[in-house]
Amino acid sequence: MTMAPKREAYDVVVIGAGPAGLAAAATSAEAGLSTLLLDENIGPGGQVFRAIASTPVTERDQLGADYWVGADLVQALRASSAEVIHRATVWSLDRNLEIAVSIGGASAFVKARRVILATGALERPFPIPGWTLPGVMTAGAAQTMLKSSALVPDGRTVIAGQGPLLWLLAAQILRLGGRIDRILDTTERGNYFAALPHAFAFLTSPYFTKGLSMMREVKAKVQVVSGVTELAAAGDGQLASVSYVAGGKRETIAADLLLLHQGVVPNVNLAMSAGIEHRWDDLQLCWSPVLDASGNSSVPGIAIAGDGAGIGGANAAVVRGRIAARAAVEALAPATAAKLAPMATLRADLAKAERGRIFLDTLFRPSPQFRIPSGDTIVCRCEEVTAKDVLDSVAIGATGPNQLKAYRRTGMGPCQGRLCGLTVTELMAQARGKTPQEIGYYRLRAPVKPITLAELAAVPKSEADVKAVVRG
Amino acid sequence: MTRNVDAIVVGGGIHGCSTALHLCLAGLKPVLIEKDYAGRHASGVNAGGVRQLARHVPEIPLSIRSMGIWEKISDLLDDDCSFESYGQVLVAENDEELAVCRARVAELNALGFTHEELIDATELRHLVPAVAETCPGGVVSRRDGAANPAQTTTAFRRKAEQLGATVREGVAASNIRQSDGLWHVDVGTETFAAPVLVNAAGAWAGKIAAALGEPVPVETVAPMLMITSRVPHFIDPVVILRGRKLSFKQFKNGTVLIGGGHLATPDQDRNETVLDWKSLAISARTVFELFPVMRSATIVRAWAGIEAKMKDDIPVFGPSSRHKGLYHQFGFSLHGFQLGPGAGAVMAELIVNGGTQTRVSDLGIDRFHPSTL
Repeated sequence: MTMAPKREAYDVVVIGAGPAGLAAAATSAEAGLSTLLLDENIGPGGQVFRAIASTPVTERDQLGADYWVGADLVQALRASSAEVIHRATVWSLDRNLEIAVSIGGASAFVKARRVILATGALERPFPIPGWTLPGVMTAGAAQTMLKSSALVPDGRTVIAGQGPLLWLLAAQILRLGGRIDRILDTTERGNYFAALPHAFAFLTSPYFTKGLSMMREVKAKVQVVSGVTELAAAGDGQLASVSYVAGGKRETIAADLLLLHQGVVPNVNLAMSAGIEHRWDDLQLCWSPVLDASGNSSVPGIAIAGDGAGIGGANAAVVRGRIAARAAVEALAPATAAKLAPMATLRADLAKAERGRIFLDTLFRPSPQFRIPSGDTIVCRCEEVTAKDVLDSVAIGATGPNQLKAYRRTGMGPCQGRLCGLTVTELMAQARGKTPQEIGYYRLRAPVKPITLAELAAVPKSEADVKAVVRG
Repeated sequence: MTRNVDAIVVGGGIHGCSTALHLCLAGLKPVLIEKDYAGRHASGVNAGGVRQLARHVPEIPLSIRSMGIWEKISDLLDDDCSFESYGQVLVAENDEELAVCRARVAELNALGFTHEELIDATELRHLVPAVAETCPGGVVSRRDGAANPAQTTTAFRRKAEQLGATVREGVAASNIRQSDGLWHVDVGTETFAAPVLVNAAGAWAGKIAAALGEPVPVETVAPMLMITSRVPHFIDPVVILRGRKLSFKQFKNGTVLIGGGHLATPDQDRNETVLDWKSLAISARTVFELFPVMRSATIVRAWAGIEAKMKDDIPVFGPSSRHKGLYHQFGFSLHGFQLGPGAGAVMAELIVNGGTQTRVSDLGIDRFHPSTL
């Protein structure tokens, strides 16, 4: 069933139905604003609450209590007047707040007075030797299968990387009866000391007890190797083994599946293509949009909430969604803002939700050797460009990611740099002795997700075909 | 501190880079000033058409001169620029359009130009098997082709620098003035002085000309392009339509570039363009009708470059009519890429020799009188 937007224009269009988007859309609609929530997935929840309304997993403990918080958010949204469309892929947003969205293979255009982007996070690239082999996948992809289909690995499985989500995934796989042979923890030893000054905030945060018990639960069942300083996948057309160095000792183990994860970074694709200013975040090692306290970006009318605004986790995302929506209500219908929770309360909630974040960011700051590849390791998988290729281009004059395209076609393939962007920026920054901020990022353009020519050809005609001179 | 050079070239598009390179070849030491980086705008992001086909008569001599350089581009730049020559074909979709094609080719022949050739339906189908059955013929220019624009402009810049040009990127030329017979230009904290100034600043060139007392009827436009995912090889030449806004090119890797001149909204101050998807949809519909094989291809990117378009659609090229030592090279009106190599060579001749064998006299800035603005 295809459901096109009911109107051509809305007060507020929210993009993404994860924690931030669910909260933002419910808040905006509750205040009486015409609200459209567009989401790419088949149901609400985003990544963290994926399949919250449809998961076949019924044993609540298996996915953890935090997961089921999503159900309340969905209920609040459904009780509101917000129009919600799933399987809706927004492929263009511009500074005139014109949105192009593909729904069931047909595209429609809608206009908004305010846009709240809640497009969440993407997994950070993990470009080790062999990362493009079949049999190597991201932990996020594994988690998607687990939540939506209750599928867990049953072959020889290695999980490598670091960060809270890695442990969460491991625990979820084990609870559902999946197999994990070994966990290779790449957390740098020095990070523990660096994180120590921020430990107090963390100890008093909700993350602490939950995180600790999850790690204990996993460690009781799986061999965990910590202090991994090198990592490579190998195999002939298919993953066969994983080799690593820990404590100066190299070991190689046979494996059918390698799940990689070293944290998440804001999904900036739509925001950057709309012309929103971003800055390099030196702590989180990623691009984050420049926002005011209410989440407003450099493009008037577009706010960003949730992990797309800078990684903060699900609890912070919910509050950021409410803040952005309240700001939209204050701007469009000031009289009704009084019905909503006061801004001061929301900001206090946010401070609470963000407690412990600096500790996590510092502890789980990925090591340079896992972010910045060398030699024959692939950087851009679409065009099969290696780290050495990039360095060779820098040597003859490529100064940044956009200039590099003239040499190597990096970022010009089907993914348009969505997978290699961070790697290219950091690699070029290192090679040129510059900061990532100075090096910059790919200029991202619509369509942010590919659409078929047939679909574009089928959009309703708005003006007569203009006859004119032909040009090349 | 002021640094003396032989020439100051403002603008690092293919034209500025080519002129700087050819000045170096003539033994001069120019400085090339680019506010962003070479090829950032129109020169780096255009469709890459290397086309003599369907040009305005006044610029045909420059285009033919340029074609000769394109065919030996590797010798000049040590870079093949991904140049390939499978011809360009103008397709007539009906008999009326074919009649216009016939008249055009006859006109060119009368002027002594033979690069455009009228073709019938059979030859059209032979050159472009995928074209719709109903098209009765068209025009081919067999030496034409396409190149990678970013690669080409970058290669011109790189070679110019190797041959001794000073390149300043990332800072705009400012405070352009003439004193004691020398042009002075500030670039950040530096100042350059030279007897020669070349205004090759693309969409920004009109402002420079106006500031120097030579206003011209120029507007800033942003033609849109889109590129598809890889599809099986089905077409070699570049195809353009006689009656509709479409140009079409399949690359070796299978991707297909769709252009034709539908415009985005440019924002020169932000270096940005806002795309008009409803116009791009018109291009998509045309491709959908003419090339059924393309229907399931996906569009992976669309963009627009910022460039200068003259009221009469032909460039401003040659010496200033007011100032000694000032030369203009801009306003290429959506078809300047192919002209770049030749225009740089001719411009260097004008500067060094005071004249050229290539006929460019119809392109001078003196064709505009204040009353035409």
